[in-house]
Amino acid sequence: MSGGLNVAVLKGGRSLERQVSLASGDRVEEALARLGHAPTGIDVGTDLVPRLAELSPDLVFIALHGRDGEDGSLQELLETLDLPYTGSSPAACARAWDKQVTKELLDAEGIGTPRALSFSETALREFGGSQALARVGEKLGFPVVVKPCRQGSALGVRFASGADELPEALLSAFSYSDRALIEEFIPGRELAVPVFRGVALPVVEARPTEDRFYDFEARYTIGSAVLSCPAELDEETAATARETAERTVELLGLRSFARVDMLLDERDGVPKVLEADAIPGLTDTSLLPQSIEAAGIGFDEFVGQAVEEALAAA
Amino acid sequence: MTLEKQGAGGEGPSPSRDLRRYAALFASRTRVMTSSVMRDLMAITEHPEVISLAGGLPDTASFPPEEMARVMGQVAREDSARALQYGPTNGLASTREAIAQVMEWQGVGVDPGDVLVTTGGQQVIDLVCKALIDPGDVIVAEGPTYPGAVPTFSSYQADVVQVGMDGDGMKVDELEETLARLEAEGRRPKFIYTVPTFQNPAGVTMSLPRRRRLVEIAAERELIVLEDEPYSLLRYEGAPLPTLLELDGGRFVVHAGTFSKMLAPGLRLGWAIAPRPVMEKLVLGAQATTLCPSPFTQLFVSGYMASGQWGGYIDELREIYTGRRDAMLSALEAHFPPAATWTRPQGGLFVWATLPEFIDTTDLLARALAANVAFVPGRAAFVNGDGSSSMRLNFSASDPVTIEEGIRRIGVLVAEQIELYGAITGSFPAIPAQEAGPLADVVELPRRDEERRRQG
Repeated sequence: MSGGLNVAVLKGGRSLERQVSLASGDRVEEALARLGHAPTGIDVGTDLVPRLAELSPDLVFIALHGRDGEDGSLQELLETLDLPYTGSSPAACARAWDKQVTKELLDAEGIGTPRALSFSETALREFGGSQALARVGEKLGFPVVVKPCRQGSALGVRFASGADELPEALLSAFSYSDRALIEEFIPGRELAVPVFRGVALPVVEARPTEDRFYDFEARYTIGSAVLSCPAELDEETAATARETAERTVELLGLRSFARVDMLLDERDGVPKVLEADAIPGLTDTSLLPQSIEAAGIGFDEFVGQAVEEALAAA
Repeated sequence: MTLEKQGAGGEGPSPSRDLRRYAALFASRTRVMTSSVMRDLMAITEHPEVISLAGGLPDTASFPPEEMARVMGQVAREDSARALQYGPTNGLASTREAIAQVMEWQGVGVDPGDVLVTTGGQQVIDLVCKALIDPGDVIVAEGPTYPGAVPTFSSYQADVVQVGMDGDGMKVDELEETLARLEAEGRRPKFIYTVPTFQNPAGVTMSLPRRRRLVEIAAERELIVLEDEPYSLLRYEGAPLPTLLELDGGRFVVHAGTFSKMLAPGLRLGWAIAPRPVMEKLVLGAQATTLCPSPFTQLFVSGYMASGQWGGYIDELREIYTGRRDAMLSALEAHFPPAATWTRPQGGLFVWATLPEFIDTTDLLARALAANVAFVPGRAAFVNGDGSSSMRLNFSASDPVTIEEGIRRIGVLVAEQIELYGAITGSFPAIPAQEAGPLADVVELPRRDEERRRQG
């Protein structure tokens, strides 16, 4: 334990995941206090830089989800201010935040990921891109999953079972991001593999109790999804899932902790990576904390190690 | 504290293991008691730069602070011990008399002895569920319904079945069909929940013929009607209509009233009037949950009512809200596209607007929050995912200039969405003005031609 550090815990903010972030931040603060540090929670707003200047922390713990914390802007700012921070670098965050960028890198590396097409608002508004939408069916087949390119927590994610459902699904996705991803539908189990210090933790499986997929509501509500950790997988599949997660994190350059979401394709048994999350949820019901527990690490120890790693990286 | 110390030693129970331990203890009803996504998104509206047309807040700033000080001083001087003491479960006599007087103004003579004072109108909804609902019982409600009632219904594991509305309120013919269908399916409705006057969220008022028919249906089928009536004195035009309680003569109607909108929600004071056998159960339920409503706020209310100031305050609220409603209706006319429709409330706090069906207002809220404006997405008022292209807009909590700006911002976003949808479909269709939808009693607004061309 480093002992007695002055730690700013950034949480809240203006993103759509504000509530989740406040819960994550509170939990981190409690853990830091138990570890003997002096945490100060900061609900991030336009006064962030002056508040950091006033506090002059030894370290910044980023518990800010969504665009505010995960697209790399905040990390860039902290680099400029010479403040050590937890988690990944600005460029790594930016790569993970953009699902299309992630996908291209995964493809190039030969890591399985659902086939997808991406569309920008610009292409549709200014280049007559709507005619290209007609090719979605022949290239991907229906149903497809339509999602914002840059948004966490499954907000704006829709299914389209046919071409007629594409426009509304796209409109939904564009409410959260100026680019949308249209992805082939992969039938299979939903897995999440947290990676901590380059090593994959036990695999978590999320099984929705009612909804068709693990959506925003299910992610943060006790009882609306059944989480099992470690997931009931045969040894080989679990090992493949963990290896896939480790390779993904390394490929994107993510540091310290992250979470890789994937679908276990029931057709070929191969895990297909959906996205990597640079600041995964740290709430009571979040996946990463459950996996940490299953690994026998404990949340406090995790927070302590994340802090030490951030100091070492600075 | 002990836990934290143990945790610091690294040997204490970890928080998420604790969580799992608690999870095994939770009652099955908590599985449906979820915090909604929308509620979480709404957290962003706390920011001061956000124009919130989302809440249902009355304008408490208009209540004179000196008046509050005077009444509180009077309670302290004259009734301190009683104000600080427990009171009777059904409420203090002076408060029940004051409530009987409020009911008198609404045209119903009520014996103060038949009034149950509650902790807000919300408690009446809870108590009625507690008295009537077994898991799986059916509650029939309007669609859209008061979003705040849905979690209460859910927590008693009721099945909520919604009946459509139009400009005259709940469609009672559809209600009859629904009740017949439920009967055929062997399902048992226990009560019909309605906000008949200036409905939350639709803003519409149930017509007199429908009110009469509704109480007849209730009597024929021996069903309770829960009449939730928070807004009736906030009427800005038109003649008052009789309450369901009055029309029914107190046989099958449970009436829920509240001081929240007519005085102040911070008082947390409401009331129930119910047929005697039902009332007995409500009182027992209230005893089990709160023992008694707060004597302190009860004395505040009865003291204030006795001062004779209240009528004047209601008039003032009416004047303020009339201006705000008019500002909202003109702003909608100026800034919403022809494809949108909205209701024109004669009172209350809300307008219900409906957009072209390809626009999902929950997603639109994400864009709206980025533009620092908020509303309640229509889906919050339905249990089955309907209402996805509608929104509830509140006009009581903002001044006219702010309302105009808020509506302008939403209008810009809606126009963008329509244009983007045109780009996606490649058709750039001229979105036709919607046919008068069921909840659009003002679609006949004059429209400027150039506006149509711009939107088309």
